Amino acid sequence: MFDAASVMVPSTQFTLSGLTVSFDGVTVLHGVDLSIGRGEALGLVGESGSGKSVTWLAALGLLPAKARVSGSARLDGTELVGASPETLDKVRGGRVAMIFQDPTSALNPVLKVGTQIGEALSLHRGLSGAAIRAEAKRLFDLVGIPDAERRLSAYPHEFSGGQNQRVMIAMALAGKPDILVADEPTTALDITIQAQILDLINSVRREMGMALVLISHDLGVIAETCDRVAVMYAGRIVEEAPAARLFAEPRHPYARGLLHSLPPLGGVRRKLVSIPGVVPDPRALPKGCAFAPRCTHVSDACLGASPTLRSPEAGRRLACVLEPENTDQRQFEAA
Amino acid sequence: MSATLLTAADLSRTYGSRRGLFGAITKVRAVNRVSFSIGAGETLGIVGESGSGKSTMGRMALGLEPPDEGEVRFIGQPIPPSGTPAWRTQRARMQMIYQDPLGALDRRLPVITQVQEPLDIHQLGDSANRPQRAQEMLARVGLSVEQMGRYPHELSGGQRQRVVLARALMTRPDFLVCDEPVSALDVSIQAQVVNLLVELQSEFSLAMLFISHDLRVVRQVSTRVAVMYLGDFVEEGDADDLFAEPLHPYTRALVSAAPVTQRMPGHQRIVLKGEPPNPANRPGGCSFHPRCPLALARCKVEAPTLVPVDQGSGRRVACHLVEPSMSTSNRAA
Repeated sequence: MFDAASVMVPSTQFTLSGLTVSFDGVTVLHGVDLSIGRGEALGLVGESGSGKSVTWLAALGLLPAKARVSGSARLDGTELVGASPETLDKVRGGRVAMIFQDPTSALNPVLKVGTQIGEALSLHRGLSGAAIRAEAKRLFDLVGIPDAERRLSAYPHEFSGGQNQRVMIAMALAGKPDILVADEPTTALDITIQAQILDLINSVRREMGMALVLISHDLGVIAETCDRVAVMYAGRIVEEAPAARLFAEPRHPYARGLLHSLPPLGGVRRKLVSIPGVVPDPRALPKGCAFAPRCTHVSDACLGASPTLRSPEAGRRLACVLEPENTDQRQFEAA
Repeated sequence: MSATLLTAADLSRTYGSRRGLFGAITKVRAVNRVSFSIGAGETLGIVGESGSGKSTMGRMALGLEPPDEGEVRFIGQPIPPSGTPAWRTQRARMQMIYQDPLGALDRRLPVITQVQEPLDIHQLGDSANRPQRAQEMLARVGLSVEQMGRYPHELSGGQRQRVVLARALMTRPDFLVCDEPVSALDVSIQAQVVNLLVELQSEFSLAMLFISHDLRVVRQVSTRVAVMYLGDFVEEGDADDLFAEPLHPYTRALVSAAPVTQRMPGHQRIVLKGEPPNPANRPGGCSFHPRCPLALARCKVEAPTLVPVDQGSGRRVACHLVEPSMSTSNRAA
């Protein structure tokens, strides 16, 4: 885990600033500022529609043409917003790789997995012939697919969901990426398989010195994998802090609500402290703070302008006009 | 424990599965000689991974699917064959909640009409009062009067699941089978629906069979919990005890692998090797032995039976390594 001082140390590799996305005039991402250090594991949590996936799809130019993207996404100084297809093709799958929730639909069902991984190797590493086969086998061994030599000739339907996710990770590693963006990589998997895949992601990250962006709705998965966490709500980052500090002492009322909504696995059972209401429609966001209608600490100050992210302490950013009293939060910390 | 409402004795269910278009039919044993009982007002939670047979169990408990062997009794009587008038009458007392509320609702009818329907179908109460009773139930689950007139697609996922709950409760059932009822909902909405379920359960003295892969949610709503692996109950016990001190190696791995936001010092995560075997090709002996970190030679040949390990707490475990006499030392470890 990172402590307060070391959070800023790793040199920044990927920087998003003022990243804004709108579809048909409806803004879904409202100026996201975020950076990722070399080799760092950053978690992005939020509920459906919070903008956690759109942030990375926009940064990598993967949104459909009708999306309006503005702001900046720089990878080691190279601007990706509005970059040429050639530039993006080199970055995607090469320096930045992505894996998704449903590995089975991300793979081509009519091609052998060996062919699909070979494609990535020839495209991003310029390998050919026997070198492809050898490297593909090495990657399969690395991600823990038994009998790699033979399994390269299998089709995706011959693998289980967990194994297909291993194949996706092998393909993502084919381009020797600096950053792996994993969007809900274990959500479709069973608990025991989820534990295996998270272990695998952690070990390859350490081995290859790769940075990780883990997008998930599962607070536990994020807590166990990431150094730093950003919580998103209605297209904005509302809090960001080192993982240990965020989970021990969340300060934004939404982040606190999210943590308290989680039923504990041990200790006394009590009524869950749920967040009332529902996530607002991006077409009709409330005035001021988007969380105000669901917030138990709401005051007049919240209804003016949307609060900006400020840094109340080193290593933490917070977008809340109130300083919620930290009176009763420790009792929920069990689990 | 209160009076027994539902008992299942030695339930088994086998499906025929064909590999490819012309392949031979292989037998897949989805549920393997499972026995349990549920008392009035009690919730039995069932956890397990995909393919463990937990949904098949739920359908058999309602009589939606006949068991190949064994029997389900509801208040002492066998459940009539599905589709018969007797079964229909009994279904008013037993209801089902699925994961996807949009699929469970009729898209072309306002939700209040759908919530009133069970009263019309089962001819319950005075027909003039029915709309008012539907309205009261929808208000109880937290819908506003304006939302009651809407169509399913005009409501959010959490509101739709509230509607499905209201509809299930209209016939005042004694027993509810919930199959992954909150799995599709966001964390904050999930907490709202879980709270509502717990309230309704005590308010209507509902007995429930609560099926989920989410250990946290199961613990929150259940009195007792059973853990399934490849069609077998491998462990059953009081919900708090079972998660605090799991005894079966599979339950231990499951509980230790559940991601948490704050690790207790000294916590050791057990990561199981391999994947659950194909139910069409069950390993001999204990079906968990190929993945079990503690397996002995005996586990490969002899299938353990679910036996009580502790008379006081009612814990049952199917494992050669957890003998009744050993349970105390095992717990101390």
